[in-house]
Amino acid sequence: MPKLRELLVALGSRVTDRIWRLGFAARFLCMILVYSGQTFLRPQLLFREIWFSGVLSLIIIMVSGLFVGLVLGLQGYDTLQRYGSSEALGVLVALSLVRELGPVVAGLLFASRAGSAVTAEIGLMKATEQLKAMDMMAVNPMARVVAPRFWGGVIAMPLLAALFSMMGVFGGYLIGVVFIGVDEGAFWSQMQSSVDFREDVLNGIIKSFVFGIAVSLIAVFEGYDSIPTAEGVSRAITRTVVTSALAILALDFVLTSFMFRSL
Amino acid sequence: MPADNLVKISDLNFSYENRSILNGINMEFPRGKVVAIMGGSGCGKTTLLRLIGGQLRPSSGTVTVNGRVVHEMGHDELYGMRRRMGMLFQFGALFTDISVYDNVAFQIREHTDLSEELIHDLVMMKLNAVGLRGAHTLMPNELSGGMARRVALARAIALDPMLMMYDEPFTGLDPLSLGVIGQLIRKLNDALGATSLMVTHDIQESMLIVDYIYFMAEGRVVAQGTPDELRATKDPFVHQFLYAEADGPVPFHYPAGDYSADLLRVPARA
Amino acid sequence: MNRTILDLWVGFFVAIGIVALLFLALKVGNLSSSNFAETYVLQAKFDNIGGLKVRGPVKSAGVVVGRVANIHFDPATYEAVVTMNLDTRYRFPKDTFASILTSGLLGEQYIGLDVGGDEKMLKAGDSIAKTQSAVVLEKLISQFLFNKASETPANK
Repeated sequence: MPKLRELLVALGSRVTDRIWRLGFAARFLCMILVYSGQTFLRPQLLFREIWFSGVLSLIIIMVSGLFVGLVLGLQGYDTLQRYGSSEALGVLVALSLVRELGPVVAGLLFASRAGSAVTAEIGLMKATEQLKAMDMMAVNPMARVVAPRFWGGVIAMPLLAALFSMMGVFGGYLIGVVFIGVDEGAFWSQMQSSVDFREDVLNGIIKSFVFGIAVSLIAVFEGYDSIPTAEGVSRAITRTVVTSALAILALDFVLTSFMFRSL
Repeated sequence: MPADNLVKISDLNFSYENRSILNGINMEFPRGKVVAIMGGSGCGKTTLLRLIGGQLRPSSGTVTVNGRVVHEMGHDELYGMRRRMGMLFQFGALFTDISVYDNVAFQIREHTDLSEELIHDLVMMKLNAVGLRGAHTLMPNELSGGMARRVALARAIALDPMLMMYDEPFTGLDPLSLGVIGQLIRKLNDALGATSLMVTHDIQESMLIVDYIYFMAEGRVVAQGTPDELRATKDPFVHQFLYAEADGPVPFHYPAGDYSADLLRVPARA
Repeated sequence: MNRTILDLWVGFFVAIGIVALLFLALKVGNLSSSNFAETYVLQAKFDNIGGLKVRGPVKSAGVVVGRVANIHFDPATYEAVVTMNLDTRYRFPKDTFASILTSGLLGEQYIGLDVGGDEKMLKAGDSIAKTQSAVVLEKLISQFLFNKASETPANK
């Protein structure tokens, strides 16, 4: 019986701890927004973070996009040709990438490549007292360190997702048209007639933008909130990747059910 | 004379999560002097520095800097005050992603609109003062502990502060670097006309350079005086500290229950 | 030096990101072909719209001339009311015939406009009077079987 009580108490404290952190994260987002003005007045700081989150993630995003496109091409062709509609390969590849795979997979890669790096950087700055030192030099770490990293991620993410989708479509084209020999005209024209700009492309971009906000917020928050020791920072990095992945998939479900609910 | 004190601490109490850390501290730091705060590890010295810098709020009592109560300042005023403070952190806390030169230039760039040529001259002057002008292109990870401490010192004095705070400036340094840092602290204080406040537990080195010493234990001031007064004192605490005896008024053991009872108790889980 | 290289890379990154967005918008999506600059509205009532979807194409002679804007059920007549946006460049006579067709055997459904000979043109907001509903495969098959069944005794 006391075991059960202990269990309940432990469960309760875990839940309250999560809720407490959620509240803190929300307040943290407000603080970032308050201090964002300075970030946009000094684009040099922002450029560094776009470079850090975006340019450094380019290779992994583009290569992964290409491979996902190649696989989609092979799998899609295999399935579609059973129904004699292999010309629809372009539609299949483009729709799955633009609607789902582009934002989601790019988001997951972004979280593990850039998000973890941001958490590590901020966490180590905290562990080595750099943030405190900055605060003592009358430079607000929220404005100087956190906000630029947040906005760098938010700007980089949609661009990375678009690149991922583009490389994926290119990969599908490579497999379908170049290797298998699906008619090129049908590949593109079917794609264009079925993929709608507002319905598919724009919603995909909105998704990637939302994922960018979520991942960037989680990354800077976990870094800033990490326990300033080697172990604490490594835990924070793990939490960034895990929480981001969960957040992306959960948000994807919510956004999809809103966007594509219509007939 | 109160006007002579740059920093004045009155009846300061501070507790964190129901744990009392500072109890009724009264201290005065006259302008132009180097004052040391000494005591064992964990006696609240670093907390005291953070209270002076306004990074923490006192539970009761006041910290007055330059005639203004720190915890009553708004955000802008507090930042204005911090611009005139320099702080040397325990391990330097250099920004690891930028070079030595950029570290020293950081505050100048953040707070002034000076041209790059002028900043260059200022940075070189500050680095020259700590003897590391030749190292300005290095990155922080290429520096030894002593050099990093000196770069951090150059960074802290970049804006010619009125108050310098040193958090354990001697920790982890070889005797040579230790002497260098000690002399720098004294010289820079006199050259800048600043007031210095040093938290340390390195007695021998600080006795040579400071004007006044406060001894703290368990969140209280237990002894104070000039180095000469303290050497002559019969106070058992000061005596223990000065001659580094293991047990005395400062107990060797962290407060614990009965030893034999602890040994007999079976741990709940292996 | 360092800063200009950084700027160069960031610029490059943003540029190819925008190229990718444009690629998705123009080459993958149909922003260039489907969003008509100016449109006018026509309505048509069908007994059965089959699998017609909002934003499905409206074609005449195989060319996309508009999109389905809205589909709703009229409780008074028990018919489906389809609202279409048509490109203002294209005008159709009063006696145009609207039918719901399927591209390929199992492809998407669209509205086909067969032009009549009337000299008066349809105006914005008008309804197309003559419509033909979607062919529902089950009905077609049952009709076929029914016909076969009624034919069989006669042949014997």
